[in-house]
Amino acid sequence: MKPFTNFQSRVVPLPLNNIDTDQIIPARFLKTTSKRGLDAQLFCDWRYDAQGSPNPDFVLNQPVSRGAQVLLAGDNFGCGSSREHAPWALTQFGFRAVISTSFADIFRQNSLKNSLLPIAIPPDAHAGLLAAVVADPGVEVAIDLPNQTLTLPGGRKVAFPVDEFSKHCLVNGVDELGYILQQEPAIAAFEAAHPAAIDTLG
Amino acid sequence: MPRTIIEKLWDSHVVYERPGAPTLLHIDLHLVHEVTSPQAFQGLRERGLRVRRPGLTLATADHSIPTTDRSLPIVDEIAATQLAQLEANCAEFGIRCLGVHSDLQGVVHIVGPELGLTQPGMTVVCGDSHTATHGAFGALAFGIGTSEVEQVLASQCLLQRQSKTFEVRVGGALKPGVAAKDIVLALIARIGVGGGTGSVFEFTGGAIRALSMEERMTVCNMSIEGGARAGLVAPDDTTLQYLSGRPHAPKGAAWDSAVARWKRLPTDEGATYDRGVTLDASALEPMITYGTNPGMGLPVGAPLPDPARISDPLERESVTKALKYMGLEGGKPLLGHAIDVVFIGSCTNGRISDLRAAAGVLRGRKVSSKVRVLVVPGSQRVKRQAIAEGLPEIFRAAGCEWREPGCSMCIAMNGDQLQPGEYSVSTSNRNFEGRQGKGGRTFLASPLTAAASAIAGVVTDVRTLL
Repeated sequence: MKPFTNFQSRVVPLPLNNIDTDQIIPARFLKTTSKRGLDAQLFCDWRYDAQGSPNPDFVLNQPVSRGAQVLLAGDNFGCGSSREHAPWALTQFGFRAVISTSFADIFRQNSLKNSLLPIAIPPDAHAGLLAAVVADPGVEVAIDLPNQTLTLPGGRKVAFPVDEFSKHCLVNGVDELGYILQQEPAIAAFEAAHPAAIDTLG
Repeated sequence: MPRTIIEKLWDSHVVYERPGAPTLLHIDLHLVHEVTSPQAFQGLRERGLRVRRPGLTLATADHSIPTTDRSLPIVDEIAATQLAQLEANCAEFGIRCLGVHSDLQGVVHIVGPELGLTQPGMTVVCGDSHTATHGAFGALAFGIGTSEVEQVLASQCLLQRQSKTFEVRVGGALKPGVAAKDIVLALIARIGVGGGTGSVFEFTGGAIRALSMEERMTVCNMSIEGGARAGLVAPDDTTLQYLSGRPHAPKGAAWDSAVARWKRLPTDEGATYDRGVTLDASALEPMITYGTNPGMGLPVGAPLPDPARISDPLERESVTKALKYMGLEGGKPLLGHAIDVVFIGSCTNGRISDLRAAAGVLRGRKVSSKVRVLVVPGSQRVKRQAIAEGLPEIFRAAGCEWREPGCSMCIAMNGDQLQPGEYSVSTSNRNFEGRQGKGGRTFLASPLTAAASAIAGVVTDVRTLL
């Protein structure tokens, strides 16, 4: 995993609550056996019309989205299925962070494993940022992961929560599976003390 | 200190703990399907890793598998490749796979329980958010992403943070025509789709105790629709009766010692929960969703919400957008609204008791000529049982399609899908925009309501047919 570095970016506003993973990437695209090539399918049914032409009213087709690395969404972002294709599609499009007031549990975990930072901020800061972005799509935010701060367009800094372990993994590009496999003695000891209840091969 | 069953399950699976890091938790059963696993197997290959515990792992084909005649080739080449890839990956890594032609193939959350693999006291994971289904046995069962699938394949462990405990107490008794599905739809309508985020539900109370195992699975299945990654029911005699004699359930002395362990699982007297909500089953009516998330539900006879009367601006916008997508008008009732398709099946309602319930309504009746009705058994075992009971004849005589097992129109990956603008009454779990096909519009309901609506061709209160 690539280390997560601090950055500054314009913000793509998508202020809807409960955006589910079926909207982030519809299920019909999950027949792939690869992680790649999903950026074109991000928000596909909102982004393109029935003929497959870009829908000019959808924010990803507007100039503000070009090169932007931050998505600003409504509450409970990423609810629904466990598909990791959702953070894969978001990062392949170019997003490195999603700002909301809360995230669905599985989406949050999947994002952290893919260098996509879920930033949950209080409703008033969220509303302020949305108003600023709507008033001037050119404004930028700055994201500082080691210090866990989001700097809003006016310069106000908002703290956001990240657990220490996830932060360490993101900042240093540490892969969780490597950490898990280092616990081999503990895993072997647990297995020795807990005989399997089932054998699917038997 | 008294503990909830949720805390007991957690404590008994801790492999390794270190301050500042999530807990390493052992996984007792890992279920795998074709959609969320190929990239995980590829990851193992790239790292030169093997599957640590193939005997605790089981794969089946369900999401992209056609529900048409299995002796025919699969027309969708991408789906065919994905299904073949699952079987090849399982062969390469030594995992048992209930593939396209297996006589045990089925929806992953139906297969695990019916084979007796899902047992009380276990941790169960799958790359699928409806893994909470297995919580019905008093297991801690939750959905995971593909990176986590790879982690479990490689280590049989997962890094987890302890969730909050959330008691959902359901008292009273269900009235005729009201089903387990209505309990969980009413719960989600009450707490919202994010209401259980960060929590594990424990379903308690007399109405839950009175449910069969299959009904408990329906309730636990939709925990994720209320935001909770897991939901469970403490084991009792109903659980033991269901499990006894199943192919992978313990036998003889092993059964007796397992039962003794399982009896220590229920929440201790005096244990407390972080949160709680209470429902009265006696007051419940058949439920139906009208919008584009499972929290947008109401009693089947109630009027739709009127956005003009919603004060919160984001909530008003959300309901307005949902009604527009659904082509509905606020304030009007959903009852009597014309439908095009009825889908009976899925990990929520594709078990034998669900098919019996639907057949009970359809017996001797005809479905509306305007409605296409798909009945999709949840597994090959469910299908065989239904055949033994003569259910396919009832469905066919009523004008329904009787199909092969799979996820089918719940997720619409396999060719079973709505056309743009079509309405369905569906026994599945999600009504998100496009979930059952691009532009399709879904009303979620119980098998009873679905069968009644199929007959009338419009959204119907099943109690008028009982």
